[in-house]
Amino acid sequence: MRDVAIIGIGCTKFGELWDRSFRDLFVEAGVSAIEDSGIQGEEIDSLYVGNMSGGRFVEQEHIGSLIADYAGLASTLNVPATRVEAACASGGLALRQAILSVASGYDNVVVAAGAEKMTDVGMDTATDALAAAADREWEGIMGATFPGLYAMIAKLHMHKYGTTSEQLAAASVKNHHNGTMNPIAQFRNEITIDTVLNSNMVADPLHMFDCSPISDGASAVVVVAADIAKKYTDTPVYVKATTQASATISLHDRADITTLDASVVAGQRAYKMAGMTPDDIDMVEVHDCFTIAEICAIEDLGFFKKGDGGRATEAGETAIGGRIPVNTSGGLKACGHPVGATGIKQAVEITEQLRGTAGKRQIDGAQVGMTHNVGGSGGTAVVHIFSRNR
Amino acid sequence: MTVARFWRKIPNRYNLIGTHCTTCGKHYFPPRTMCPTCRRDGKMEAHKFQGKGEVVTYTVIHTAAKGYEMQAPYNLAIIKLDEGPSLTGQVVCGQEEMEIGMRVRSVFRKLGEESEKGMIYYGTKFVPE
Ligand SMILES: [Zn+2]
Repeated sequence: MRDVAIIGIGCTKFGELWDRSFRDLFVEAGVSAIEDSGIQGEEIDSLYVGNMSGGRFVEQEHIGSLIADYAGLASTLNVPATRVEAACASGGLALRQAILSVASGYDNVVVAAGAEKMTDVGMDTATDALAAAADREWEGIMGATFPGLYAMIAKLHMHKYGTTSEQLAAASVKNHHNGTMNPIAQFRNEITIDTVLNSNMVADPLHMFDCSPISDGASAVVVVAADIAKKYTDTPVYVKATTQASATISLHDRADITTLDASVVAGQRAYKMAGMTPDDIDMVEVHDCFTIAEICAIEDLGFFKKGDGGRATEAGETAIGGRIPVNTSGGLKACGHPVGATGIKQAVEITEQLRGTAGKRQIDGAQVGMTHNVGGSGGTAVVHIFSRNR
Repeated sequence: MTVARFWRKIPNRYNLIGTHCTTCGKHYFPPRTMCPTCRRDGKMEAHKFQGKGEVVTYTVIHTAAKGYEMQAPYNLAIIKLDEGPSLTGQVVCGQEEMEIGMRVRSVFRKLGEESEKGMIYYGTKFVPE
């Protein structure tokens, strides 16, 4: 297998973008990634697109062709475009497919993009579309919602480990703080623990401010064979690991409800592939669709012992300047969560950090970063490790 | 869900009929046609569960799922059946009665409805034992 590098990144602003269409969004992200990379359209061998539910959100399937077409890659260049779906992990999975196609030697230059336009439908339709990431026949039909599933994880985490609502809230407060420094973030305002605790209860113990928002947005990266990366940029970001793991789609079928087995396994596979340990990681973008998801992620990925995630977060160990900065972008909570785009945006953030261009969010001396993208309540996890050094 | 999709599994939903692998002895609910442990070597047969178990974890849902708005707030739990498998289901009792580890038993109840189609879904819920 060949080494692979990221040489270009692009991202739209995330948020409720009423005046922008689905196609406007991915064209903007794709064009900025291509411009950033310095490649020409003629050089693109293929395109992978993460999109969870175009059919429900914008009543559009066949997203691959649409994106290739409106990005100017279809009518004369006929670039192959493949849509990839794994619920909220669609973006991470699209990136992984792009990396694999270059690593295999089949392609040299590939664009991985992610896009979701969620605010063209009402809140109830959006919520129902997201609920399709769980088992419709045996979770959804019983009245389970997405926040409800993660609330059950939180309830047991509190019961077993003494995690508190304040500790969960601390993840949200920290991510909002990071979001204030990120120009693309949906929310750029500071909040307090009380903001979270006083917000409406969605599913006990999760309040509205424990939940990531409904968002519009798109992001893209250009990946190439590492051997040609320096032709385009002085600061390629090398892919040290791309891994993926499946677990049961239903939360109730997991051996331990407070552990996302797919995250544990994808993480272990990534450390092995990169020849690294959690101590080698300078910052990580984790899938905080809910505050409890961030707590579980930092435990499941080996940064903290199971049960210690809440206390560590409250103590500031995951803040910028802390032991292991988590979600410098603001995470899904503050940066926003246009589901198909999220996994790609995580790679965009780590690339900024490794290039040293993350502005006020910059981690001093960042050398190695990780991304962690989850589908559903943990049926799929995708993990990447990136480095400044080949 | 469509009518056909729901009706197909009515015996399982109404009577808690899952499956039992006679090769390894494991019980499954929801039903599966392939045993995840034995895979192709497993021999599956239908198995009716007693409907008794304990609450592994729970939540009180305030923002309801589509079709469940009239029931909110409602208790949703993961219940470990005495025969082994766990499932997701509602527990009909006061919020303050909910507790991790509490014993519950199954009852037949309305699950939810789809206003536009007039469909009412029935199935299994749980009450404190
Ligand atoms: Zn078996």
